Amino acid sequence: MSDKANSEAKPKNGSGEILMELKGISLRFGGVLAISDVSFDIKEGEIRAIIGPNGAGKSSMLNVISGFYHPQEGEIWFRGERRPSMRPHRVAAQGIARTFQNIALFKRMTTLDNIMTGRMTLMKSSFAAQALWWGPAEREETEHREKAERIIDFLGIQAIRKIPVGTLPYGLQKRVELGRALAAEPKLLLLDEPMAGMNVEEKEDMSRFILDVNDEFGTTIALIEHDMGVVMDISDRIVVMDYGKKIGDGRPAEIRNNQHVIDAYLGVAH
Amino acid sequence: MVEQLLYAIEVSLNGLMTGILYSLVALGFVLIFKASGVFNYAQGIMVLFAALTLVGLQAGQVPFAHLINAVFGTRIYSFGWNLPAIAAIALSAMVMVVLAMAVEKFILKFLVHQEPVILFMATIGLAYFLEGFGELMWGGEIKPLDLPLPVGISDTIESATFERFGYGFFIDKLDIAAACVAAVLVLSLVLFFQYSKIGRALRAVADDHQAALSVGISLRYIWVVIWSIAGIVGLAAGIMWGAKSGVQFSLSLIALKALPVLMLGGFTSIPGAILGGIIIGVGEKLFDFFMNPIIGGATENWFAYMLALIFLVFRPQGLFGERIIERV
Repeated sequence: MSDKANSEAKPKNGSGEILMELKGISLRFGGVLAISDVSFDIKEGEIRAIIGPNGAGKSSMLNVISGFYHPQEGEIWFRGERRPSMRPHRVAAQGIARTFQNIALFKRMTTLDNIMTGRMTLMKSSFAAQALWWGPAEREETEHREKAERIIDFLGIQAIRKIPVGTLPYGLQKRVELGRALAAEPKLLLLDEPMAGMNVEEKEDMSRFILDVNDEFGTTIALIEHDMGVVMDISDRIVVMDYGKKIGDGRPAEIRNNQHVIDAYLGVAH
Repeated sequence: MVEQLLYAIEVSLNGLMTGILYSLVALGFVLIFKASGVFNYAQGIMVLFAALTLVGLQAGQVPFAHLINAVFGTRIYSFGWNLPAIAAIALSAMVMVVLAMAVEKFILKFLVHQEPVILFMATIGLAYFLEGFGELMWGGEIKPLDLPLPVGISDTIESATFERFGYGFFIDKLDIAAACVAAVLVLSLVLFFQYSKIGRALRAVADDHQAALSVGISLRYIWVVIWSIAGIVGLAAGIMWGAKSGVQFSLSLIALKALPVLMLGGFTSIPGAILGGIIIGVGEKLFDFFMNPIIGGATENWFAYMLALIFLVFRPQGLFGERIIERV
């Protein structure tokens, strides 16, 4: 029943075609089953949330998508093709960018340099050309610099362009990390708890940015978040996980009334 | 009195030049430590290996000649050519790149997520392997380095200073050349690190491996790049030291002098390596100059280590290193 409603749900933005499909993903660490036979899809242009109690396997799922973990079973389909097991930097080159739960920025580099590094996969000039600062390499650098500045404007962080990010307050670091991921012009953007540890105001700002990214660039976003209010407000569809299994999948209104989900969150005996 | 002051200045100038050579060796350590957190014990041997390769290639020596002759009963020792210096240097640089690839493929690849101490042990193994391999490949005898480098005391400087101060400074032309090479090398490295895509990737890897992967940087590629650059910096150091004292196996011992330089400058700082080298070079010469009459000679053997020890007590992170903050 909910599956039918699910398939009819078309996001506000984008074509609604399937961008990524995960089929029967299982991930084990030694004897521990972190993800057990989970399947879901992510449609072009939507904001897809993954929620669940602590230890439900949400972050593991994001790490599977971004290539940091390799599931023992299951298939990952991206843009209509089955993706072989590949290392994270190759996944990034395919157009999947991410942020981390505990900010992973280049702390000694400036905001601008961090965001420029996000464009790594889009810069093409050869090693020799760069070493010699040859014409094309220089032109490329200028061109990418302009794009980076546009992202800095978009996020309203002009004032900290030249500051090493390690010295910035937490909320701003989160914003720079989002900027670095955006800089890659990703087809799929993964956000691991983008609002963790933020106050109400910062959360509102971040929600705004996420919605704007989705609206203005049409970027498909998959995110993990604990704040239910935020998740219900901004997501098109939600996957709910508990103990490594998928226990719900659908639009926010459906999830709100799903008995399994209510049980998982209120801690009814399993 | 003036005479003695001028003499002290001459001594410090000579120390400055030696210091720059220390810096060149230390630079190789810093590059690898920055990008991968590995203290590369083999850096000194890489300097030696690069110099041996250069001399061997230039003289048209057949690599592994002894081994080949022993196995096949032949008597080949030389190809019978003499390569021009530029070609030999370019080829040696290529050999250092191949060495970097081999190190990544046969050692680093298997030790990716290991503790730093394990990687350190691996580089000790690499050092001994390279030492033996270098000897097997090119032979163990002392070889002169025959490059068209300026040598001898610079007459221009001597006569110019004599006219002005009534005292001629003795400065070796080779030292001046070494200083220029080092300056160009360091400047281009700094620019490369600061303003190119790969330079940014190198700094990114030095900061955070996970984040670097997530923006599409291949760690293994970066390791090859950084070991290649360290190898080529080692080649430059090998050329300068080799021109000074001949290419011999004791060359790898200058790496021991790079250690106090690193402690002074900080293990992760390129400017630190340069300044550390200069401080130690000038310091040991001046210390010897002033203290020799009082406590006797050979202070150059231990001065650098004593200075490093003092630094370890008062500023363990070095002049430019990052502060070590540990929360309890």
